[in-house]
Amino acid sequence: MATTALDQRHAPAAAHGEKTGLWSWITTVDHKRIGILYGSTAFFFFLLGGLEALLIRVQLARADNNFIDPDTYNQLFTMHGTTMIFLGIMPLSSMFFNFMIPLLIGARDVAFPRLNAFSYWVFLLGGLFLNASFLFGAAPDTGWYGYANLTSRQFSPGPNVDFWNMGLQILGVASLAAAVNFFVTIVNMRAPGMTMMRMPMFVWMSFITQVLLLLAFPVIAVALILLMFDRFFGTHYFVPAGGGDPLLWQHFFWIFGHPEVYILILPAFGIISEVLPVFSRKPLFGYAAMVFSGVFIAFLGFGVWSHHMFTTGMGPIADTFFSLSTMLIAIPTGVKIFNWMGTMWYGSLQFRTPMYFAVGFIAMFIIGGLSGVMHAPPPADLQQNDTYFIVAHFHYVMFGGSIFGLVAGGYYWWPKMFGRMLDERLGKLHFWLMLIGFNLTFFPMHFVGLNGMPRRTYTYPKELGFEMLNQIETVGSFILGLSFLVFLINIIKTSRLPRNAPADPWNGATLEWTIPSPPQEWNFDKAPSVQGRDPLWELKRLNGGPLPEPPLTSGAGIHLPNPSYWPLISAIGVTSLFVAIMMLPKWGPAGIVVAVALLFFGIYNWLFEKGYSEFRTPSHGGH
Amino acid sequence: MSDHAHALETSTGLDSRKLAIWTFIGSECMFFATLISNYLVNKGRSLVGPFAHEPWTDPATGKVLEPIIEIPLVTVGTALLLFSSLFVVLALYGAQKGNRKMLLGWLAATLLCGMFFVGMQVYEFTHFVHKGLTLQRNMFGASFFILTGFHGTHVTIGVIWLATMFYLALRRKLPPERSLNLEMAALYWHFVDVVWIVIFPVVYLIR
Amino acid sequence: MPLGTAAARRHAGALPLLCVLALALAGCSRDQYPQTALLPLSDFARIGDHVQDQTFYWALGVFILVEGALLYSIFRFRGRPDDPEPSQIHGNTTIEIIWTLIPALILAAIAVPTVKGIFETSRTPPDGLKIEVIGHQWWWEFRYPDAGVTTANEMYIPQGRAVEILNNSADVVHSFWPPRFAGKRDVFPGRETRLWWKADSTGLFPGQCAEYCGIQHARMAFHIRSVTPAEFDAWIAHMQTLGPKAPPAPTAAPAGDSLKTASAGAKVQGPQKDTTAAAAPQDPEYAQGEKLFMTKGCMGCHSLQAVKAPKGLIGPNLANVGSRSHIAGGWLKNTDENLERWIREPQAVKKGVLMPNLGITVEESRALRAYLRAHK
Repeated sequence: MATTALDQRHAPAAAHGEKTGLWSWITTVDHKRIGILYGSTAFFFFLLGGLEALLIRVQLARADNNFIDPDTYNQLFTMHGTTMIFLGIMPLSSMFFNFMIPLLIGARDVAFPRLNAFSYWVFLLGGLFLNASFLFGAAPDTGWYGYANLTSRQFSPGPNVDFWNMGLQILGVASLAAAVNFFVTIVNMRAPGMTMMRMPMFVWMSFITQVLLLLAFPVIAVALILLMFDRFFGTHYFVPAGGGDPLLWQHFFWIFGHPEVYILILPAFGIISEVLPVFSRKPLFGYAAMVFSGVFIAFLGFGVWSHHMFTTGMGPIADTFFSLSTMLIAIPTGVKIFNWMGTMWYGSLQFRTPMYFAVGFIAMFIIGGLSGVMHAPPPADLQQNDTYFIVAHFHYVMFGGSIFGLVAGGYYWWPKMFGRMLDERLGKLHFWLMLIGFNLTFFPMHFVGLNGMPRRTYTYPKELGFEMLNQIETVGSFILGLSFLVFLINIIKTSRLPRNAPADPWNGATLEWTIPSPPQEWNFDKAPSVQGRDPLWELKRLNGGPLPEPPLTSGAGIHLPNPSYWPLISAIGVTSLFVAIMMLPKWGPAGIVVAVALLFFGIYNWLFEKGYSEFRTPSHGGH
Repeated sequence: MSDHAHALETSTGLDSRKLAIWTFIGSECMFFATLISNYLVNKGRSLVGPFAHEPWTDPATGKVLEPIIEIPLVTVGTALLLFSSLFVVLALYGAQKGNRKMLLGWLAATLLCGMFFVGMQVYEFTHFVHKGLTLQRNMFGASFFILTGFHGTHVTIGVIWLATMFYLALRRKLPPERSLNLEMAALYWHFVDVVWIVIFPVVYLIR
Repeated sequence: MPLGTAAARRHAGALPLLCVLALALAGCSRDQYPQTALLPLSDFARIGDHVQDQTFYWALGVFILVEGALLYSIFRFRGRPDDPEPSQIHGNTTIEIIWTLIPALILAAIAVPTVKGIFETSRTPPDGLKIEVIGHQWWWEFRYPDAGVTTANEMYIPQGRAVEILNNSADVVHSFWPPRFAGKRDVFPGRETRLWWKADSTGLFPGQCAEYCGIQHARMAFHIRSVTPAEFDAWIAHMQTLGPKAPPAPTAAPAGDSLKTASAGAKVQGPQKDTTAAAAPQDPEYAQGEKLFMTKGCMGCHSLQAVKAPKGLIGPNLANVGSRSHIAGGWLKNTDENLERWIREPQAVKKGVLMPNLGITVEESRALRAYLRAHK
């Protein structure tokens, strides 16, 4: 092929090599590196959220306790929820979206590598912004769903709510940018022969998640904008004295909020659907049903939101509609559980660490799903709502579900990401401590909730009898914390090992196990050609046994996108815009003007960056 | 590498960037759907006037005043915005065919229409404020301004985007193989137009 | 931690055992959990309890079946790495249809009592005793419109007669939750919500705010005192005597202007002479307390009259505070010591409460306590 000037400006992939050093990480546009950035940042925030939880549990271990004062407690429970959802589970899922989706579909990278980097930097800055509120002693303190009109300027005069508002807006930009990216990647960059119905289930679930993100985040963006206008510009969207209605906030929030919980669980569903077949040594049971149930859940998920509002007195018609739609959504969810068990049935179950967590996921999610069905009837929910019974439910689905699933994915894909196998014995210790600690913490909450303990209370009187169960829960939470210490030890111990994990340590079914561990920068030398589901099992079957270890190649002739710092600059622009909005009273419009200028500066340079090659999916020969 | 060869390499045959702008537009539809439903919920919850379509009594003077919505100017702006979608299609055709005169001419027409629309909105906003309708005044004001304000902001971003395209075309940096960039801007412009097609009857016509 | 099949079996048994243990420990006796929702004492609460029971038993059945199947599969299909490849089953349409239909049928079975319960609980009783509940940060105001009586934090109701609760908020969104009698109903500013029930028994029952409403949400509790109809009428009659008897006479200047008012529209009273006291005025502590009540500015936020009590005051009505079981928002036992401490240092007792520290000495707090104790 002719070497044009344009080509000469692209250094071949071999010369890129695997760079080290801070600058290479700051300018990276490689989906694998961005995945690791997401994962490590998210894990850090997850531990922070866990620390907040432990402080909460110490305070609640005794009646009338004063270990933590009410103001601090209210900030802690708000930040615990906000952190775990937006800075924990979602970016941990993003770690896998980033690292694994291109590998699973046989692509070199995502559709828009710089947009990918941009998403990460915005996420990091958003998370730092949100937590910077602690430095001002003004962390958000109105709960992770910030109900109006407590969040109005009148009843929350300080900057706490503004930190929350702007922080979530920043994070929303990150999520939306990433969602566009992954949506296009999955639709447009699959290897030849990989139709939608041949995609690995993790890719399907991630795809549905991106659609949910695209449709749900704009709703909360508007709600947050309306709240911002109320607080800064004197409008009355949620202020009754001016004609507004606090209930409107609840509607807008939950129209986002309910799809959000499916955003939180679907990636874990996808991971389990990858792990179970490999460790049962048979294909996923009922692939089509799994796809359609996922689509159905996502669709229906937009039709159940007011089940969070049964106590608001919407009237029997609305109550009935949302109660029935909520029961309906239990059906596709149940189908998935049965399909997972159908995968295990008649299999040859290999109990390595990922499988422990996968089975643990199923066991815990069943409990969470059943308690969810118990909330579905309004007459019952009138007692359960806003008590620890609800706290039990959502921790069973979010921790017992999402976290167990994400950890399973961690152990499963660790060798592919880092070229090392996590220790099996420590992994199993992690599992048992986590299972026991988790259940000890959250199972009693079902009881203490139905027996009268409301949520978001910094203390309780002794005479109500909650103390004993709370003490058990606190002990459980520390065991849970200990389990993550074991995980950390495992990670650190493993990092010291040489990088010699095989390409396919688990006898995997999908494309990521055909390339070295960790993959070379360009992933695949040639785009793989796919004839069906579980392509690697098919290849091994044709080969009559395991494939040879794939050799490392030079990557000669392969073009990769150049690194760039414009995503970071643009991310700083976005963040500074929201900071400037928050500081309007002090800085006036000048701050916004400067921020917008910086944002435009970043975007224009990004769009017109010289020497940046447009990313192309390799067809033949890979260039 | 031509766009044509590039397009063959994707699973759908479509360029990823075109798919991206459609995806973004889909998301933005939800953004405006929320703002529109906010308007519908709130437009009748004003405690005091000015009202959109009913006369109102000014508490300060006791005078009965007309409803505040004035159709003629907005209708002209609406028509121009609709025509501008046609103009940008013609500009895109010119870009794809390498007809620089056509590209520049119709793009200029699009920009003029867009700028007129924004100007019309600014005028209308100032006029309303002068008549006593502000964001803070009542629920109609709050939900009207935020809906049409965000729409106007989107139009403004579209104008900036198209102006950038115009500048590139002027500098001969918009050859046929780069026409996808204009196509993306045009798609965004059509979206902004379609949103207005919903807002205009909901706010201005329906009582 | 030992590994291997035997240990796994041992530990797999731990999980259900843990559940049973937790269950046993939990219990649900009324003495153990005074605020339990599991021992309904009214028709309304029984409706919800019945629906919840039905859902629970279905859930329990599904739990045992499905978790049991999961546990079974773990042991039955356990394999070794060198085992032959199992049969590569991709699915089974018949089974998949069955296990889609069965949950659908179970849910339909739950839906019937659910919809019935929704409509039953929506039907407010035609001639219930109306009680207005007004949520404040962080206390509850109770008004009996037909009797013209106002009180706070302790609601008297007649056993065996339906009560209809009309909820409104003076500030933010709260939730009124009396678990023994009814599920909760959110309390909004600018919109009224309703709840109702007919109490079976008499007794004193705690309840609590169940919608996060600010710094002291945890301490926004109340009690319901269910009494016989005769006792109720007597109480109403008694409360109706706690009204203004003589026109107010000017006394020493109040400290009202130094008080903070957080909610819009909250009113501060001007100087009033207290004419509602029922206790012996000869008691010197009482007299001193009465004087302090005027001069320290208490009258700015609190009313001592149950009849024609002003609306929109920041602080709870104190007409019968002396006889209430709890104070400080329905959670602190109404002992002399607690009452004195509450008067002296409210911020230490309930940080962030809208009652400021007024620099009241120990002796002054004793006097005020005596004065308030007399208001029964």
